Amino acid sequence: MWRDNITKLLLLKVEYPKAYLYRRIVQAKLFIDRHFREKINIDEIAGEASFSRFHFIRLFKQAYGDTPHQYLMSLRMLEAEKLMANPDLKIQDICFEIGFESVGTFTTQFTKLYGKTPKRRQKEILEKKRITIEEPLRTVPNCFAEKQFSRSVAPGR
Amino acid sequence: MITKMSHVSIYVLDQNSAYDFYVNKLGLIVHTDAPMGPDARWLTVTPKEQPELEISLMAVKPGMGFTEDTAKKMKELIKAGTFGFGVFETKNIDATYEELKAKGVEFTKAPTKEFYGTEALFKDDSGNWFSLGEK
Repeated sequence: MWRDNITKLLLLKVEYPKAYLYRRIVQAKLFIDRHFREKINIDEIAGEASFSRFHFIRLFKQAYGDTPHQYLMSLRMLEAEKLMANPDLKIQDICFEIGFESVGTFTTQFTKLYGKTPKRRQKEILEKKRITIEEPLRTVPNCFAEKQFSRSVAPGR
Repeated sequence: MITKMSHVSIYVLDQNSAYDFYVNKLGLIVHTDAPMGPDARWLTVTPKEQPELEISLMAVKPGMGFTEDTAKKMKELIKAGTFGFGVFETKNIDATYEELKAKGVEFTKAPTKEFYGTEALFKDDSGNWFSLGEK
C-alpha cells in the first residue's frame, strides 16, 4: 500500500510539471492564434506566460516544432492566402491586414515559403475560385462525384 | 504501382459543425470548399504538413449516395461511435493534448505509452473517433 502511494507521489512529481508547462505554452500559442494580425511581440508573450525569452522559445519549439516567430509567420501567410481569394484586395492591403509593416518584407517572406510571389499566388487562388464556382465538379475526383454529386450539379466535365 | 493516397472520406453529421471542429479546433487547413448545387458541398481539409492528402468531410444525406433509410442508419452508427477513422500525428502529444482539451475536444484516453508509441483517443463533433499519435 505505502509503496503504491509513494509510486503515485513520484509519478505526480514527474507528470505535473510537464502538464503545467505545456498548459502555459498552449496559452501562449492560443494568444498568438488570436492576435497574429496585430503587431505582437514575442518578448511580451513570453512575459505573459512567465517565461524568459530563451526558455519560452526553446519550450515552444519543443512543443510545436517551430519557434514562436516561425509559427507567427506561418499563421500570417495562411491568412494572406485566405484574403487573396478576395479579388478586391491588393497585395498591399493584404500585407497590412496581417500585421506586416512593409510590402517588401511580406513579399520576401511569402516567396521564401511558397516559392512564388504573392501576386502569382493570388492569381492561382482566384482561378481556382472561379473553377470552384463555375465548374465545381472539376474539383471532385470521380469516385466521389459520380456517387455523391451527380444529381446535385449539372456535369461540368 | 500505387504510390500514395490522395483523398479519404470521413462521414459527418453536419458539415458546418465539422468545419468548425476540423479547422478551428484541430487546426487542419481548408483545401476546397465548393457548393455542389443547393444542398451539397464538397469540403476537403488537409493536415498542415501533408497538403497532398485531402480529407473529405462528407455529409450523410439522402441522395448523396444514401437512401432515406441508409442515411438514417449511418447517422445512428456515427452517433454511436461505431467508426474509428484514423490516426492523426503530432510532434508533441502532450502539448497537442493540452491544446485540444483547452479548445473543448473530448478525449476518451489521455496520452498513454503503448507498444506502437504514445497515443491518445478523441472524438470529433459527430461521434467518429481518432487516435492521436506522436511522431
